[in-house]
Amino acid sequence: MSAILQVKNLVKHFKKVQAVKGVSFKVDAGICFGLLGPNGAGKTTTIEIIEGIKTPTQGEILYKGEALSNRFQQEAGIMFQSTSLQEFITVRETLHMFQQLYSVTMSLDEVIDICALEEFLERDTRQLSGGQRQRLLLAIALINDPEIIFLDEPTTGLDPQSRHNFWELITRVKTQGKTVILTTHYMEEAYSLCDTIAIMDHGKIIAEGTPKNLLATHFSDVVLQIPIEDLPADTQALPFKIVEIQEMAEILSHDVNVTIEQLMQQGIDLRHLQIRNRTLDDLFLDITGKELRH
Amino acid sequence: MSWRRLWAILRARNMEFFRDRSALGWNFMFPILIVAGFSFAFSGEPAKLYKVGVYQDDSTPSSLAFFETDYIQFITVTDLAPAIIKVDRHQLDMLLDINQHKFWINETSPKGYILERVLRGAGVTHNQFDKATVTGREIRYVDWVLPGVLAMNMMFSALFGIGYVIVRYRKNGVLKRLKATPLTSFEFLAAQIISRSWLIMLILILVYVGTNFFIDFTMHGSYVHLFLIFLLGAISLISLGLLVAARVKSEELAGGLLNLITWPMMFLSGVWFSTEGIHPVLQKVALFFPLTHVLSGARAIMIDGGGLQDIAIQLISLLIMTVVFLIIGALSFRWE
Repeated sequence: MSAILQVKNLVKHFKKVQAVKGVSFKVDAGICFGLLGPNGAGKTTTIEIIEGIKTPTQGEILYKGEALSNRFQQEAGIMFQSTSLQEFITVRETLHMFQQLYSVTMSLDEVIDICALEEFLERDTRQLSGGQRQRLLLAIALINDPEIIFLDEPTTGLDPQSRHNFWELITRVKTQGKTVILTTHYMEEAYSLCDTIAIMDHGKIIAEGTPKNLLATHFSDVVLQIPIEDLPADTQALPFKIVEIQEMAEILSHDVNVTIEQLMQQGIDLRHLQIRNRTLDDLFLDITGKELRH
Repeated sequence: MSWRRLWAILRARNMEFFRDRSALGWNFMFPILIVAGFSFAFSGEPAKLYKVGVYQDDSTPSSLAFFETDYIQFITVTDLAPAIIKVDRHQLDMLLDINQHKFWINETSPKGYILERVLRGAGVTHNQFDKATVTGREIRYVDWVLPGVLAMNMMFSALFGIGYVIVRYRKNGVLKRLKATPLTSFEFLAAQIISRSWLIMLILILVYVGTNFFIDFTMHGSYVHLFLIFLLGAISLISLGLLVAARVKSEELAGGLLNLITWPMMFLSGVWFSTEGIHPVLQKVALFFPLTHVLSGARAIMIDGGGLQDIAIQLISLLIMTVVFLIIGALSFRWE
């Protein structure tokens, strides 16, 4: 598979902050590439430099092997983290306006169908719900029938139904062969949608690969979960380390059989025992830390 | 440059403007209310005083008994031609030329009729003084202030309608979204100028026609010339709005800057009163305001019947200002 996008040693300085510190990655055509990271990690700055919204201090971006040009603007679809639209115009009129800005476009009917906009086409954009608004913004990003589409935290603030609905839309876009660059805070979203992910922190990429490979590389253990009330009062005496998360105790185990045997030897009730594999959430917290970001 | 892209933005901006009922209503109602208010305030009879211009080469006091009449203000004039124009516009009720033994009154003026009777009653016969008449209409304050009110509305609409809106677009990310498309800044700015220009001119024409129906304004010049000076004025003021909005990100700052420009411009350019009496330095400062040239041009057309040659300086000044504002505004424009 050939790389549609190459980012080489990207650096971005603001007045007192170095937001991006030498980021490099490649994105193959037709995949969904996820850029993850805590708040302030430099994801949006990186994406907006690639989109041509911000200028880099240093570094190179190649689209189909060439420096960014008008061609990229014609072939890229962009959905920003937050976008306002012109007021007092309807969904259909907004789509029509954006359609007129490009030389090559999808038909309005097609984009309306993909993003399921039919039921609120004649509604003023100010009167859309959060989910409807995001669907419209996705439709605007698709209006030029892009080869590569950037989605910057598209499901932030949506309710679970709207979020799952949006995931279906992204899957539908992927099946059309378009390359998707997705930034998100939701690990579940990244795991289910992304073929490759890169985790950024403090302006650098600190892990990159397919979700499965990253998990396999970083973790060889599983997590055993038991309600705290089922454990003895003195957990210090137990032969394994326990992490308390709300009302559950988590035990990391490299050998489930041995751990269960140890639990049984302690006379612990195992009726509520749950075993789960490590997730991207674990990986994310493991490599970016648990301290609160602003 | 793509006309299709320019048209798309222009169309969207027009829809946004026309569907914002409160803003649209205010744009129409504001000048109508101002003109109606002034018309009402100045509709009553002025002070009961007759004004007679007196022209004579030497300063020898005339022996006419007419000059002994009370309640007549006799004003010495040094130039006959402008004084006749003042009779034409009811600024003088009568003009006496002592040297040629001639007097002028306005046929449409009741005061002129009364003064002629008073003159004859004071013993001045037809053989002593020949009568000449003019027929011009009175120039009321509302006629004088009308171009000011129209231009002031244009100024607010251009500066706030463009400057404030672009800053709002920048702040809430509309400009950022448009930047991510092939739309160029030139196309965007051109669409804003065209959109606001034609809206301003439409409102101007509707307000003028609508209020003229009731007030019957004085118009001695050409409507084409009047349209031209207002159109150029509108584009110049819009360009000034673009200049203010070129980089500003905060609506509060934009509001402050726009007020800083509009209020001095309104008072110094002569919207409400003639600036002849103000400090010479301020008169010079006023020349840097587009509104000053719009107003003097419009009044020259409407009140003095001036043609293109009479308003050439105003047109050239507005053109230069427009070009300067546009160049600086376009070069310093930032989407974000």
